[in-house]
Amino acid sequence: MLSIKDLQVAFRTRKGEVSAVRGISFELARGERLGIVGESGSGKSVTSYALMRILDANGRIKAGDAVYSGIDLRKAAERDMRDLRGREISMIFQNPRAALNPIRKVGHQIEDVLRQHARATRQDARQKAIAALEAVKIRDAEARYDAYPFELSGGMCQRVVCAIALACDPKLMIMDEPTTGLDITTQKAVMDLVDELVTARGMSSILITHDLGLASEYCDRIVVMKDGQIVEEGAPQLLLSAPQHPYTRKLVDATPRRGVTIRELLPQEERRPLAPHVVAETPLLEVRNLTKTYQGKSGPVHAVRDISFTIREGQSVGLVGESGCGKSTTSAMLVRLLDPTSGQLLYRGEDLAQMPAADFARNPLRGKIQMVFQDATDSLNPRHTSRQSIAEPLKRMTDLRGAALAARVEELASVTGLPEHLLDRFPHQLSGGQKARVGIARAIATEPDFLILDEPTAALDVSIQAVALNLLADLRARLGMSYLFVSHDLNVVRMLCDHVIVMKGGEIVDAGPVEQVMDSPSHPYTRELLEAAPQVPIPTAAA
Amino acid sequence: MTDVTVENATPARAKKGSGTLRHILWVLRENPVTGLSFAMFAGLLISALIGPSIVPYDPLATDASATLQPPSAAHWFGTDNLGRDVFSRVIVATRLDLVISVAAVALSFVFGSVLGAIAGYRGGWIDTVLSRVLDTIMAFPLFVLAMGIVAALGNSVANIIYATAIINIPFYARLVRAEVNIRRDAGFTQAAKLAGNSDTRVLALHIFPNALPPMMVQVSLNLGWAILNAAGLSFIGLGVRPPTPEWGIMVAEGANYIVSGEWWLALFPGLWLMLAVFTFNLMGDGLRDIVDPRRRS
Amino acid sequence: MGARGTAIGLRIAQAIPVLFGVIVISFLLTRALPGDPAAQFAGAMATEESIEQVRTSLGLDKPLVTQFGLYLGQLARGDLGQSVSTGQPVIEELASRLPASLELTLFALILSCAVAIPLGVLAATRPGSWVDQLCRLLVTAGVSLPTFFTGIVLVYVFYYLLGIAPSPLGRLDFIYLDPPHVTGFFLIDAALAGDWETWFGALKQLILPGLTLALFTLAPIARMTRAAMLSALSADYVRTARAAGLAPRKVLYGYAFRNALLPVVTTLGMVFSFVLGANVLVEKVFAWPGIGSYAVEALVVSDYAAVQGFVLSMALLFVLLNLIIDLAYSVIDPRFGTSAK
Repeated sequence: MLSIKDLQVAFRTRKGEVSAVRGISFELARGERLGIVGESGSGKSVTSYALMRILDANGRIKAGDAVYSGIDLRKAAERDMRDLRGREISMIFQNPRAALNPIRKVGHQIEDVLRQHARATRQDARQKAIAALEAVKIRDAEARYDAYPFELSGGMCQRVVCAIALACDPKLMIMDEPTTGLDITTQKAVMDLVDELVTARGMSSILITHDLGLASEYCDRIVVMKDGQIVEEGAPQLLLSAPQHPYTRKLVDATPRRGVTIRELLPQEERRPLAPHVVAETPLLEVRNLTKTYQGKSGPVHAVRDISFTIREGQSVGLVGESGCGKSTTSAMLVRLLDPTSGQLLYRGEDLAQMPAADFARNPLRGKIQMVFQDATDSLNPRHTSRQSIAEPLKRMTDLRGAALAARVEELASVTGLPEHLLDRFPHQLSGGQKARVGIARAIATEPDFLILDEPTAALDVSIQAVALNLLADLRARLGMSYLFVSHDLNVVRMLCDHVIVMKGGEIVDAGPVEQVMDSPSHPYTRELLEAAPQVPIPTAAA
Repeated sequence: MTDVTVENATPARAKKGSGTLRHILWVLRENPVTGLSFAMFAGLLISALIGPSIVPYDPLATDASATLQPPSAAHWFGTDNLGRDVFSRVIVATRLDLVISVAAVALSFVFGSVLGAIAGYRGGWIDTVLSRVLDTIMAFPLFVLAMGIVAALGNSVANIIYATAIINIPFYARLVRAEVNIRRDAGFTQAAKLAGNSDTRVLALHIFPNALPPMMVQVSLNLGWAILNAAGLSFIGLGVRPPTPEWGIMVAEGANYIVSGEWWLALFPGLWLMLAVFTFNLMGDGLRDIVDPRRRS
Repeated sequence: MGARGTAIGLRIAQAIPVLFGVIVISFLLTRALPGDPAAQFAGAMATEESIEQVRTSLGLDKPLVTQFGLYLGQLARGDLGQSVSTGQPVIEELASRLPASLELTLFALILSCAVAIPLGVLAATRPGSWVDQLCRLLVTAGVSLPTFFTGIVLVYVFYYLLGIAPSPLGRLDFIYLDPPHVTGFFLIDAALAGDWETWFGALKQLILPGLTLALFTLAPIARMTRAAMLSALSADYVRTARAAGLAPRKVLYGYAFRNALLPVVTTLGMVFSFVLGANVLVEKVFAWPGIGSYAVEALVVSDYAAVQGFVLSMALLFVLLNLIIDLAYSVIDPRFGTSAK
């Protein structure tokens, strides 16, 4: 049905021509579900844009063939391509809210497509658009017809995007990271729905994702891309259990999944034994009845309601939950950037909640409680070099100056594996993994006892995530720190933490030792979260 | 993309000072328009500094025997109705026009930045009050407000500067407020607090410098507006008074002779005015690139 | 719909504190006069007696708050004081001259929107082309142009050199009679009267000052249109629309342009501020009998009541225009007044 041979795509930039896709070939059969997996910059999205011929103005297909049902997609006239798009081949995108026209009613946006492809007339367009909304299981479709995208949730927006894509009964559906930015349970709902519709209508599909787990769950065949080339392809089971190419192997290893240790995320040759971390009996931080209430426009908003837990010295506690569950508010209060409405924060018996967050900067305990931020790019001052960023807490909170300061910064860089010559670079001159290292080096500069890790790897590719997680595990053993690891990824929490807390709607719904909570979940919400996470069917024999 | 930059960048940089100087030179070379605009600005600066001592004629000296002469070798820009040399007057006027615009922009930059930064960082009632006051200033057509202020405070150069500064304050305050506001909860702001910085330090040393690049573009636009504004005010008879050489007044005086064909009286001061505004507008991108470390490679 | 209605009501209510602020500032301006305000308001020819009369009528011998109360009372009665030079009430003179200014301003704005918006759209759809270069040149040069200077150059070229423009003196050559007063807009009044000769006469007078103002406003509008169009064209929803096979015309106008219009409409507020200010200069150059040249004449003779009346009425006009712009915005943006905006 779709056959691609030696496809090459290049972009004109100020630095000359850059190849994004360098000669890839694959076939897609009728009714087949293909997954294209790769890390950022692998050219996976560009491939799909090239097929639809919707590349940006500076991009072009340089060479190769792409044939869809006998139509040459490269040479077809623009008019013919237009007929093809939406009617034969449809596409859905990441960030569904942005993918919809913000000032047009969603019903009208569906009608636009129906009218364009002569699937509806002025008279029956409305009725057909409502039918399309019903097809993607939007409740109360009649009323939703008149909604604007900003009035709908993210998951709902993605359903509308699906409705637009499916309105004209296409034969092929291309999904470009369709669930990025959606919560894990919403992700599952959307993927299940699309999969069901695609299968029921006998369509083919291409799923483009960075998530091996997602691809293996929803695809019949997987193509792995790296630097614009296909390195390997095959059935998910086979590809994952016996990867042939070293890159696939690395990718498979780095994907967090059940039953593997944190070291096993690394390539085999880099797996040095991990020193055990010691968990003492003495509590480091006791959180008692912590509550945070904001004054919203329509009454008080309870971000965090009366939560209590204890973190012992050397212990790593995972805090999981979906967006809006209060985990970020909790971590902001624990790190003393935010004042709780009520409750106690007993740090070695001393109630930190008594000290206003605004004055905590001058408190000697400031250096003992530190944080690694979610987005390494956002958390580094764009005007400061790595050296300045790492030195900042030392300058403010210690007496180190001059050569001693420089020596300490260099020591921290070497501890976190940051090459010394990168110390004089600005954040925009560093890669994501290097920025993460700078962030970690800065956080441990004052030798804290307690480190809050706020989704520290969420913005990283899996292979870099694997390295960062291992670095954190090494540091914990070496420096004896306690961690509060905030994450939405249960598989990662399972590997790094001793204890786990599950939050929902500002409350703790489940808590306990990792093995107990995750292996035999008793709470229905925990079970729902665990089931929604894509399962990677990898036999652990590889380890 | 990031990896490409990393690969190309040179390892280890020399001392910070020379790095900055190198960066400025790099910005000037990289974009010919920026280089040109800075050269033009240097020209304006030179005429402002030493103009009065190098011009061929006394800008105020009248000569009844040589009135309304078209441009010639003796009088490059011709002479006006009193026989004064237009070229000398145009060059000498540079200092006054530059002083007015730079002083006005500096005042509004300082006051606008402080007010905007506090409002953006603190939020709450301070923010509300400031926004209301700015709204009120912006509720006037700005040139008209400047007219009203100069008319009320009195007709002097200082009052022109104050009026121009007042009408420009909202631009800076709003810009800084917005820039501070989006960074108030940014990761690096929180990180700076965790590093033991007080709120004042965080605001002044971590957040505010990051607002500088867009502000530089604003400064360059405002320098242009300020000159136009001052010239416009003197064109309608406010502020600078004849016979002081000033571009706006010279255009106003020359305007009366346009309909009888003596074009040089108005054309040259007008062109110089345009050139100055044009220079400032072109400088914007260059100034931004100089203060923005992200442009460094 | 209910939420939007509330938001619109709220926006109208927001104009009230701004109006109050405008009145306070213009009040302070009248009291900030150096020396004795009563003497200033009474004018140069005033006698002791008339100065005292002004002092009592303005309440200058009373505390500032009382003076403000008196000022508010006068405003409520539509009393902006007497012009010293003509002896007429300021409000009447402003009212009779306002249509001339509005006609010029609106003519110029329509002219510049008609050129700038298509230019910006074309430049954005063909980045790097000659249209784009032309747009960039116009945008950079346009903001550097002193309006009064452009006006003078246009007069020199089209009146003195080419002789195709009428003499730059007012709204209508003296050989024509003013059209019967209906709206005060000569083009409309002449058309209503069916007097096409006068209509063309008025248009001829309007073209050069209109062009001067339009050149000035072209730059910000074209710049914003281009930028907004570029960002709309690279937005995700445009990609969705293209991927769904929508016709280019539909994508460009139905999706990109409508969204790009939002920031352009917002910019119009700033443009009005510029254009109302530039109006004063252009009216002086072309001896246009609007409120701007009235204010300039008043400045020359230190007629303070007239100048401050002019400042206040311009501000009120501008507040009104901004309100209209925001209400227009609320019509095209469904997010108006919600947290999504």
